[in-house]
Amino acid sequence: MYETIYHRASSVDEAAALFAKGGEPKYLAGGHTLIPVMKQRLASPSDVIDLGKIKELIGVDATADALTIKAATPHCDVAQSSAAQKAIPAVAYLASLIGDPAVRHRGTIGGSLANNDPAADYPAAVLALGATIKTNKRTIAADDFFQGLFSTALEDGEIITAVSFPIPAKAGYAKFPHPASRFALTGVFVAKTKDGDVRVAATGASQSGVMRVGPIEAALKANWSAAALDGVQIPSAGLLSDIHGSADYRANLIKVMAQRAVTAAG
Amino acid sequence: MSTVKLTVNGKAVSVDVEDRTLLVHLLRENLNLTGTHVGCDTSQCGACVVHIDGRAVKSCTVLAGQAAGSNVTTIEGISKGDELHPMQAAFRDNHGLQCGYCTPGMIMSAIDIVQRYGGELDEATVRHELEGNICRCTGYHNIVKAVLDAAGRMKVAQAAE
Repeated sequence: MYETIYHRASSVDEAAALFAKGGEPKYLAGGHTLIPVMKQRLASPSDVIDLGKIKELIGVDATADALTIKAATPHCDVAQSSAAQKAIPAVAYLASLIGDPAVRHRGTIGGSLANNDPAADYPAAVLALGATIKTNKRTIAADDFFQGLFSTALEDGEIITAVSFPIPAKAGYAKFPHPASRFALTGVFVAKTKDGDVRVAATGASQSGVMRVGPIEAALKANWSAAALDGVQIPSAGLLSDIHGSADYRANLIKVMAQRAVTAAG
Repeated sequence: MSTVKLTVNGKAVSVDVEDRTLLVHLLRENLNLTGTHVGCDTSQCGACVVHIDGRAVKSCTVLAGQAAGSNVTTIEGISKGDELHPMQAAFRDNHGLQCGYCTPGMIMSAIDIVQRYGGELDEATVRHELEGNICRCTGYHNIVKAVLDAAGRMKVAQAAE
């Protein structure tokens, strides 16, 4: 790791002020993406600004309409939150599948979304549920937030403060994890909104990061059941192809994971 | 350089380190607590697991500064003098180790698992929960037996307190 200067911020405003001082700073939440990348010398921030201990950024809260997860809440807290389990069990379940227990004790939803790894779990839930990303400057709709591999609508210095998920009629998540890294080789989140719309998002599959899956949305809109997807063909164009799985394999995984997610959603 | 103040195994310590120092290196190189191991250095193998404020974490993926003000417990901090922690005793009694490299991390993760589940542990849960700890001697069978054995012992010890 190259040299850096560590700062611990005690408020969002203090963090933004530290960021504005110049150099090439980076925000640090749980650190379970940034620190590995710094160790490989693929990132060399002049300063790291720790958001992990900012109290206003930690907590899970649900109303009749929305589940709100503050940005520095670690995955284990979401997985175990009774509010999350009651409001959108599929989101709590998704959090319980990220990495391993020690990783879930550190990694955060805000860090995951800001990084937008193409195989991360949370982007699938955020896009499928049509969540809203709140920052220290504005709110951003999920449809506008994800902009390709490791790329988001966040501006330089902008801090995610919370994510608000509208409560759906039904939702489910199924993931085929890579056995070593535990990232999603392909993960699919299916959601039926209270007004009957169907949104489906896949992570780990596309060359451009998290994506909506139109053919599955259309089939589920007509008939919400795993069997309705039996004849659906997912085009493999634009899907990832690597030593872990070809694009055709991932195209099939999208369908199979979607079927499992629908079964889980009920 | 920064001064990092934290509590390690119940003792307050103050260490001057470069800001890029990882917690595992502070423990091993500044405090000579070499029981915590670096295996993969990529947060996958779990040989470096310690507890920060009671939660198992991979200390190769935490900056020393992030642990400032926290309570850190390492493998050196769990026995009572010469009396092994029930998890350590169970690993010994069940032959839960071969070369021993992964053992400190296994034990720190296992204590965290038992604390989170209380007595409600079965073999499948232990195997699933240990997915972030890798043993290259393929010793999982006896490790799982040791964790289940220790879960019973820790429950008894807790009830006696």
